[in-house]
Amino acid sequence: MSSTVSESSHDDDGVPRRDFLYVSATAFGGVGVVAAAWPFVDQMNPSADVLALSSTEIDISAIEVGQSVTVVWRGKPVFVRHRTPEEIEVAEAVKLDDLPDPETDADRVQKPEWLIVVGVCTHLGCVPLGQQGEYDGWFCPCHGSHYDTSARIRKGPAPSNLVVPPYEFLTDTTVKIG
Amino acid sequence: MMRRTLFGSLWVAIGLVTAANAWAASGAKAPQSIDWSHSGIAGTYDRAAAQRGYQIYREVCASCHGLKYIAFRNLLDIGFSEDEAKAIAADVEVQGGPDRDGEMFDRPAALFDYHPSPFPNDNAAKASNNGALPPDLSLIEKARAGGANYLYSFLLGFEDAPADVTVGEGQYYNPYFPGGLLSMPPVLEDDLVEYADGTAATADQMARDVATFLSWAAEPKMEIRKRTGFKVIIFLLILTGLLYAAKRKVWANLH
Amino acid sequence: MTLQTNNKIIQWVEYRLPIFSLLHESLVVYPTPRNFNIWYQFGSIAGIVLMVQLVTGIVLAMHYTPHVDMAFSSVEHIMRDVNYGWLMRYMHANGGAMFFIAIYIHVFRGLYYGSYKAPRELLWIIGVVILLVMMATAFMGYVLPWGQMSFWAATVITNLFSAVPLVGESVVTWLWGGFSVDNATLNRFYSLHYLLPFVLVGLVIVHLWALHHHGSSNPLGIDAKAPGDKIPFHPYYTVKDCLGFAVFGIVFAIFLFYLPNAMGHPDNYIPADPLVTPPHIVPEWYFLPFYAILRAIPDKLGGVIAMFGSIGILFFVPWLDTSKVRSCRFRPIYKQFFWILFIDCLVLGYVGSQPPEGVLILIGRIATAYYFGHFLIVMPVVGWLERPKPLPKGITEAVLGDGDSATQAKETA
Repeated sequence: MSSTVSESSHDDDGVPRRDFLYVSATAFGGVGVVAAAWPFVDQMNPSADVLALSSTEIDISAIEVGQSVTVVWRGKPVFVRHRTPEEIEVAEAVKLDDLPDPETDADRVQKPEWLIVVGVCTHLGCVPLGQQGEYDGWFCPCHGSHYDTSARIRKGPAPSNLVVPPYEFLTDTTVKIG
Repeated sequence: MMRRTLFGSLWVAIGLVTAANAWAASGAKAPQSIDWSHSGIAGTYDRAAAQRGYQIYREVCASCHGLKYIAFRNLLDIGFSEDEAKAIAADVEVQGGPDRDGEMFDRPAALFDYHPSPFPNDNAAKASNNGALPPDLSLIEKARAGGANYLYSFLLGFEDAPADVTVGEGQYYNPYFPGGLLSMPPVLEDDLVEYADGTAATADQMARDVATFLSWAAEPKMEIRKRTGFKVIIFLLILTGLLYAAKRKVWANLH
Repeated sequence: MTLQTNNKIIQWVEYRLPIFSLLHESLVVYPTPRNFNIWYQFGSIAGIVLMVQLVTGIVLAMHYTPHVDMAFSSVEHIMRDVNYGWLMRYMHANGGAMFFIAIYIHVFRGLYYGSYKAPRELLWIIGVVILLVMMATAFMGYVLPWGQMSFWAATVITNLFSAVPLVGESVVTWLWGGFSVDNATLNRFYSLHYLLPFVLVGLVIVHLWALHHHGSSNPLGIDAKAPGDKIPFHPYYTVKDCLGFAVFGIVFAIFLFYLPNAMGHPDNYIPADPLVTPPHIVPEWYFLPFYAILRAIPDKLGGVIAMFGSIGILFFVPWLDTSKVRSCRFRPIYKQFFWILFIDCLVLGYVGSQPPEGVLILIGRIATAYYFGHFLIVMPVVGWLERPKPLPKGITEAVLGDGDSATQAKETA
């Protein structure tokens, strides 16, 4: 004797019609699956110990005029340069039309004597060499990009100026980067 | 009949195995059972107790025991403010460097630093402690059968050895410790520390506070774990209800 | 039988690779006996747990470091610093235990209902291979956190191979990659622990292929012949299995969120120390019966043979059981022995958890003797001598039909 299928809740194939109970059970389960998926995605985000190192405090009191120091921030080199008055003057005098990536020097520093930039060439990521190149700033040996005393790109394949990271002066002698 | 026998046996089995796992013939005295605020389905760590327990760790235990998996930033979890945690860290020296000349140097700890070990390495630790290695305390609450109950009972449990037990040079007797004899001396006595929050520092209070602190140190995610569990189980119960109704409905048309 | 559809994309794919009709036949129309009970759900439950283990395992592998100096710390890093790391770790550790709970129920279901009998012998054998691969995977996985139990369980179990005559010592050195369990051992265990679950997926596919070829058996153990005896897998068993997953999920969640270390051992929260042996080395609970069998035989090689033999014997079950009747529902004598075997396994588990002292030694030996006796003596002899209860004429009759036999067949075990 074959199984009988009651007629009221089924269409002609004998399959139960979609109805509220099935839809709500499936939807509720689906919500659970989506909610359960988030931890699997979020675990790839930076972990708490990495976030704890996301900012670096540096003591700039020992950096003399005309000296640079390279610190590591988030795994990348950051140039902290105590600029000479000449370098500041030259940087401020440059006309914006001469710049492939126009930006005033004032927009790139908080205190003119301190230039803080990420030392990663914006072309393909090499570390530029300091106090070299035709503009007395930095020179990237990989493909020949020249940066000026405000670390702006002047010549070469790099498309933009060296990035200025977020930073603040906690005191006159301490800078927090990041 | 089969269902009842099977379920009954399964529970017996689970009970046996869980008990067997925890107490595999250790022979030690069973710890006292304390009603911790952090036990149970909705337990939370007593923040004030954990802070006091941390104070005891700093002032009493840290001379021998490390806490390597706790960073100073983790202290925010038990209610210290960021400034308080920075100040606590600044009082602790950690090794920095190498400097430009290749020398290592000492510097004050920052929030991202972990608690330094009191000894440079295990051999130094053993040499200072009668050949015994004081264990790191980060996980001690999970590494000992009985957990917080054990730690509490142990800390207060030092006593004179029974007549038939010989206590060697530099050893002490504690019936809660498997084997009874160990190189750690009793440390807790009334008013050993002056609590920052003014609570009376009886030995009992200090033992409770240390056990609470170490419970947190071993399992800082316990509260979020239980909260998430509550939501998940409620969700699953509702889903089970919906699916049960759906199942009944689908199967109803079979007859 | 190809899938009927108007969807052009599906038709395009179907013509080149009939994946949709394969899924349709296996999961939608697959004719399934109408009288499955709860014990028939644990195969698919185990499949879900395998998926959970795979996903959580891959996630953990993103944060774990397989070096003796960093493994333990990397697990703590996962527990404390990685977003939801505690959830991933506890899910994986407790998931492994849930996997064994599901599989053991699945195996005992097979033993009770005679699921291993012709023509499903190979299905059963593939299942035993799956069990072995699971055990190897779980064993190696437990070593990875590099706690005291991780290290010493690895030392004890790998040392067993030295019992092999002539080549034993070389085999152990080869397994270790050195002169003791050390970094070389940890790294290779990590590699294999990552590999074997994918081997498991392949084995499960072959297992399902074997199952679907003749179709599932059922609690009555009689062939499904009448048209009403079987129902399409969807929607009946899709919805029932989802319900099963949800209920199993509640049990899993209780352990995961409220008792995450209940099935573990405190000693594994102590970093591995090759110079300090824990007072009592015990494996995880799912290995305890085999551990008891290992220790029951006073001779080292004998113990090793008995331990591996206790799983090896499972391969021969389809031939050891001589009964013409599949299901214990109709085997009143053998059914008693089934329950004795079940209790015996629990006893073995308890003995394995305790130090081998006093009366437990004798109990362990008796329990081991019964275990082998069950397969080697009880199965063939009782199968041959027993007079089974009369089998019902058909599944649908037994489930629906006249009063008495319907209720009997459906409710009682």
